[in-house]
Amino acid sequence: MCLGIPGEVIEFVPDQPDLAKVDVSGVKRVINIGLLADETLEPGEWVLIHVGFALSKIDEAEAAAALQFLEGIGQAYEDELAALAESRIE
Amino acid sequence: MKFVDEFRDADKAHALAAKIAALCEPGRQYKLMEVCGGHTHTIYKHGLEDYLPEQVTLVHGPGCPVCVIPMGRVDDAMALASEPDVIMTSFGDMMRVPGSNGSFFDAKARGTDIRMVYSPLDSLKIARQNPDKRVVFMAIGFETTAPSTAITMLRAAAEGLQNFSIFCNHVTIIPAIKAILDSPDLRLDGFIGPGHVSTVIGCRPYEFIARDYGKPVVVAGFEPLDILQSIYMLMLQLAEGQATVANQYSRVVPWDGNVVALRAIGQTMELRPYFEWRGLGFISHSALKVRDEYASFDAEQLFAVPGVRVADPKACQCGEVLKGVLKPWECKVFGTACTPETPIGTCMVSPEGACAAYYNYGRLTRQRVKEVSTS
Repeated sequence: MCLGIPGEVIEFVPDQPDLAKVDVSGVKRVINIGLLADETLEPGEWVLIHVGFALSKIDEAEAAAALQFLEGIGQAYEDELAALAESRIE
Repeated sequence: MKFVDEFRDADKAHALAAKIAALCEPGRQYKLMEVCGGHTHTIYKHGLEDYLPEQVTLVHGPGCPVCVIPMGRVDDAMALASEPDVIMTSFGDMMRVPGSNGSFFDAKARGTDIRMVYSPLDSLKIARQNPDKRVVFMAIGFETTAPSTAITMLRAAAEGLQNFSIFCNHVTIIPAIKAILDSPDLRLDGFIGPGHVSTVIGCRPYEFIARDYGKPVVVAGFEPLDILQSIYMLMLQLAEGQATVANQYSRVVPWDGNVVALRAIGQTMELRPYFEWRGLGFISHSALKVRDEYASFDAEQLFAVPGVRVADPKACQCGEVLKGVLKPWECKVFGTACTPETPIGTCMVSPEGACAAYYNYGRLTRQRVKEVSTS
């Protein structure tokens, strides 16, 4: 749970302004974006995700670097992705 | 992958290492603490200590949320999980942390209803789906995680959920750093500040370290070059006799943090008078509890929590490792009785714990190289 993982915003959830669907290494899940309420966020932009919440906006270069770092970690990132895949936030 | 190369380039790493070496005053030893477990992980994985001159030592700090949970709180959580009709929910990292009667995994195997969740919001969903059960979320983590718990409580309140509560174990990083600064065991020269915690709290809360203790702080990213760059920035300040807070990770960390997140924490939680940290003992105002206004979501108000203090196993030296007094391999049980498969202490449980990181990557550090070559 301690990892911050990068995800690309795909779309916003209709009638739920706090939720968005993101793509994390091919796993598409809904996360909460309420902590970024003070910022603009568009599909195609990247966020750093922690336990189902977008913590901050990041650029694509940072996302790529963070992703490769996480893939290098191995098991811990696989566990995080497996946990995310089980997640059903609504 | 040109993006990534910017953070990984070995030539750049060696160039930075040379600049760091050039800043060392002859005869002076430098001890720098990386507070965050994520940084510890990068340091061991990439063998960064091998790049550094002998005069610079990295000391691993207490910034691993799983590692600092004392045994008594694990036992309290077990007691909650054993209450009638309770479903305990927990992050995966917490599942293997040993209490005096085993871990959540052990309790689950014995039939206790403990479920692993990715997010506190998943826990909320379990509560909605099980109106006849009482769902408790084992809330752990520093300021990185506390906003998620806060927003989840606010959501539960807005929905009027009656069967959801949290067992709040959120801790705050600043009092832990202060406890280490005040500890007579250890003389540090500067701090590599945590990355993700700082996205929430920003850089200002570290200013007392520079102002009152005269030690520089550099908030750092997680790539190997981020950490080397941060060490260089610290060494530059030390060479010039300065002590300020700098932000190496400004591409992610805003100077003022995340105001929405801080507001959500402040709305739902307040500081406890004191809280026990594994290895560090009781630290004043170092943890959060649920505010009275949200008492109906506070497991400590809804259930009888034993609150018994349990001493760590005698053989375990996590406390010394968490304070940076001992290196992981200097612990008596490291790698023998205590391994990631059968952890005795918390530092071996989480992949971010110093012991697990060192065990998994098994780097020969300078000290070990010396031991091996002289034995």
